[in-house]
Amino acid sequence: MLASSIDSIVSSPELAVLFVGFGLVVGVLFGFFGMGGSFLVTPALLMMGYPAPVAVGSGMAFVFGTAVIASLKHHDLGQVDYKLGGIMIVGTTVGIEVGRASVYYLESLGLAGGVISVAYVLLLGGIGAMVTREALNGDGGGGVDHEAADKDLGDYEIPEIARTIQETVRIPPMVTLRGDVRVSAWIITAVAFATGVLSGFLGVGGGFIRMPAMIYAIGVPVPVAVGTDLFEIVFSGGIGSYLYGQGGGVDLAIVAPLLFGSALGARIGSAATAIVDSDGIKVYFGGMLLAGAIAVGIGEVGTYLGIELLETAGLVLVLGAAVVVAGAIVYTTLASLRATQRRQTPAAD
Amino acid sequence: MPGVEIPTWDPQTALIIGSILVEAIVLYVGYGGLEQVVGPRLMELLVGSDASAGQ
Repeated sequence: MLASSIDSIVSSPELAVLFVGFGLVVGVLFGFFGMGGSFLVTPALLMMGYPAPVAVGSGMAFVFGTAVIASLKHHDLGQVDYKLGGIMIVGTTVGIEVGRASVYYLESLGLAGGVISVAYVLLLGGIGAMVTREALNGDGGGGVDHEAADKDLGDYEIPEIARTIQETVRIPPMVTLRGDVRVSAWIITAVAFATGVLSGFLGVGGGFIRMPAMIYAIGVPVPVAVGTDLFEIVFSGGIGSYLYGQGGGVDLAIVAPLLFGSALGARIGSAATAIVDSDGIKVYFGGMLLAGAIAVGIGEVGTYLGIELLETAGLVLVLGAAVVVAGAIVYTTLASLRATQRRQTPAAD
Repeated sequence: MPGVEIPTWDPQTALIIGSILVEAIVLYVGYGGLEQVVGPRLMELLVGSDASAGQ
């Protein structure tokens, strides 16, 4: 299987370059917004004509590789709660397996591609609308709050809803987490299982739901939620990828070039957060997710009606929207740096 | 492969997942080193002199 993947890369270098470029774009978005790393990979693969288990399985393996890189960084920053991660791994892994089994069941009925596409339209549309609305209202929108992520754990205040859940649901065993959070292990397992099902079904990391769930349902400080989420995806995503791989669902000719590009892109995106205020760009991110939802819808209608032009239009829209937003991040960062440089130069004179 | 499964040992699949893990670690270390070596010069080229001073 490994040799055939290498052969595929060698025999089709154009495709490998396309995946590296797409990975670069996805990496910039992930590094900058802290989410969205896999939102676009699985739908794009589906629109390129890959079977649903390969699109979802390869998407998940890509998430696994991305999580390894990101959690190494968060480990260095001391932002991983290994006890919380350990409890979550069990729930997420079982959830992923339930999601994966559903994909293969739907595939056996010939419905997997259609159902997954519809789920993506709802998911991308819903999150895109939420991020756009909150960005327009000036609430910051989705993704990681970088200022909150940089705060000291001692300064962190547990959200009211998390405090209520902690005081109401006291089913033993109770566990104490970093930031002095005491919560029932069952709440952690339930959150992990629900997001695991979503991961296994759609091939996404699920951080966009798991992180808010960890913050608002469990009461974990933001930096620990980010680091622990990535740490547990390393294990649950690794096991999920392995299970998909056993069914031939992981194509290294897709994953290896995607990861090659995204690891570089994530560094660029992450560095840009120190220079550019993400709130100004979040509205474009929301727009990109909405464009992604429309693109998947167009592609699915094209597949249903057998119109290849619509399928191609959907794919171009997904890739185009991602390229525009990633380009806006890089352009704004360089423009900010140049403006700072110009201001400093006369002062120095 | 419908139905919930317990993972069983499959060397071929383990090799694929293992190679993704190795690639990820190599990329983390490799790009990190590259950033330190090439980063300041690249920033100078893109933004102008002393751009990397605040980095």
